[in-house]
Amino acid sequence: MSSAIAWRRECGTFHTTYAADMALRPTPLARARIAIVIFAALAFGALAGRYELSIANQVGIAAVGALGLNVLVGFTGQISVAQGAFLGVGAYTSAYLTTRIGVPFWVALPAAGLVTAAVGGIFGIPSLRLKGLYLVIATLAAQVVIEWFMIHLVPVTGGSQGIFGIPAPALGPLVFDTERAYYFLTLAAVALAVLGCANLFRSRAGRAFIAIRDQDVAASVVGVDVFRYKITAFMVSSFIVGAAGALQAHHDLIVSPENFNLAVSIEYLGMVIIGGLGTVSGSLYGAAFIRLLPIALATVARSVPGIALNVNVLKEAAFGVAIIGFLILEPRGIAKVWRDIKDYFRLWPFKY
Amino acid sequence: MSPELTLVLQLLIGGVAIGGVYALIALGFVLIYKATDVLNLAQGEMLLLGAYVSYGLIAQIGLPVPVAFLITLAFSIVLGITIERVALRPLIGEPAISVIMVTIGLAILLRSIVIGIWGTEYRVYPDVLPKESAQIGPLSVSLEFLWSFGIAMALVALFALAFRYTRVGIAMRAVADDQQAALSMGINVRFVFATSWVIAAIVSSIGGILLASIQGTGILLATLGLKALPVAIVGGLDSIIGAAAGGVIVGVLETLSAGYLDVPLGGGVRDVAPFVFLVLILLVKPYGLFGKERIERV
Repeated sequence: MSSAIAWRRECGTFHTTYAADMALRPTPLARARIAIVIFAALAFGALAGRYELSIANQVGIAAVGALGLNVLVGFTGQISVAQGAFLGVGAYTSAYLTTRIGVPFWVALPAAGLVTAAVGGIFGIPSLRLKGLYLVIATLAAQVVIEWFMIHLVPVTGGSQGIFGIPAPALGPLVFDTERAYYFLTLAAVALAVLGCANLFRSRAGRAFIAIRDQDVAASVVGVDVFRYKITAFMVSSFIVGAAGALQAHHDLIVSPENFNLAVSIEYLGMVIIGGLGTVSGSLYGAAFIRLLPIALATVARSVPGIALNVNVLKEAAFGVAIIGFLILEPRGIAKVWRDIKDYFRLWPFKY
Repeated sequence: MSPELTLVLQLLIGGVAIGGVYALIALGFVLIYKATDVLNLAQGEMLLLGAYVSYGLIAQIGLPVPVAFLITLAFSIVLGITIERVALRPLIGEPAISVIMVTIGLAILLRSIVIGIWGTEYRVYPDVLPKESAQIGPLSVSLEFLWSFGIAMALVALFALAFRYTRVGIAMRAVADDQQAALSMGINVRFVFATSWVIAAIVSSIGGILLASIQGTGILLATLGLKALPVAIVGGLDSIIGAAAGGVIVGVLETLSAGYLDVPLGGGVRDVAPFVFLVLILLVKPYGLFGKERIERV
């Protein structure tokens, strides 16, 4: 009887070791749930069709990018609208290294992360003096400047045409050139990013990030080196975003400036807002929501006869409405909605 | 005058003239920020909507210009009130990121409304301002630039004075300074919020009409809202005089950098230069040239 309760609920589960107390998934139910998710993700990769897998890949890549952005915006409270540019830095670095220098993908991917981390660190320096709205504008400047370089630094970036003919990643005889093969690569990347982020916020640095977000003056009073950790947050976030950019480059096999403009930054901000600021899982929900919303809309628009609406305009409008709607109705995003649902069933059938 | 000097003066005049319109858009940012602490990133789209509504009334329905102008203003008032009521009021007290994102959401929504109604193609705006250009010595100045500069500066001056001397202006300043204190002094904070949004909508509609008559009506007008951001920030987000000064500074900077740096650097410098300048200014003066420094308490 008591073990049946412990299986389902947090109360009644008594941790006897520090390891058990620190576990990311402290209850057996949570562990079972994550096992089901992993199994479902693997089964999806094995069974789904090409179209579904290509959507899943887009969602997965966006999820990694959104996680990176969430580290900065959701956990450290430094608002950045340079996400598109940072994705671009990662994508261009990886594309340049693999096409022009012939470096294998497995080296180019971390290199893309490191280069983006360096660029992010540099553009994070203004955060020493700038806060809130003024910092938003400084990151907007970063976006504009980096975008300008993408278009005008032709020998490196290929100008407005971009770089094409990017090779698909290969591991020995295994080439990730189909949506299905790439899906498992994306899945691994998402898993790595999720694990990394979930653990980051249990570490000293992660706690410092959260302290800075909640009240930076107070954080510095209790001994957090605010500037150092702000730059660290910019670099960690940019590293993940850069890796996402590289993943995108090797998935699309082409990079061009219009894939990394301000609209992309805003799209990613929409993901972290709708998913849930300052939650790891929210980044995934938000990425899925933003990527699936236009597809769902297009499907609906196709199936309703006699609709003469411009679908692209409809998608745009829906994106705007979704952002406004979530902010007004559920500012803490899908992650909060999901937690509420879980909380309801955690006590069920009892009142409390 | 040497040709070199003529070129510099010509660029300067062009920069100052376009800077006037930037100042007008920046005024919208500043008014809202001052009274409500919101950075309204939908400013460009409000401008776009104003330009298109007036275009529709003049060119498509065929109303005379003054009537169309008045209807556009009435529309702006309704727009301002609606935005404040529906989107901003529920977010009072939420973190900055939420408020910024809601204005971004608004921007996307307004833009898609414009595209949905008018499409994306470029349209020639009916002549509202005189098209000729005046000759001052060897320099030629387009009259529509002069007019728009004059109108913009008159509006900036008007609002600076209104902020300083009228009852509503003083109430807005009080709200900006301390909302709770203002509330306890019997100031209607909601009314102040609504008023500042209405004024911002009106100002951006006028800016939209001026810009549309200079450049024609197109979706790209909205990006000018983005351009006015460095203007507002360089001057300091809470300074009306700063908006005017920032407008002229950024306008001149743009034309000068376009005139001198575009060829050696390969084009597009015009759009980047204000932002680079902006970051440099911010690193030295984090609250802009004329902005008020905030003292933080834990």
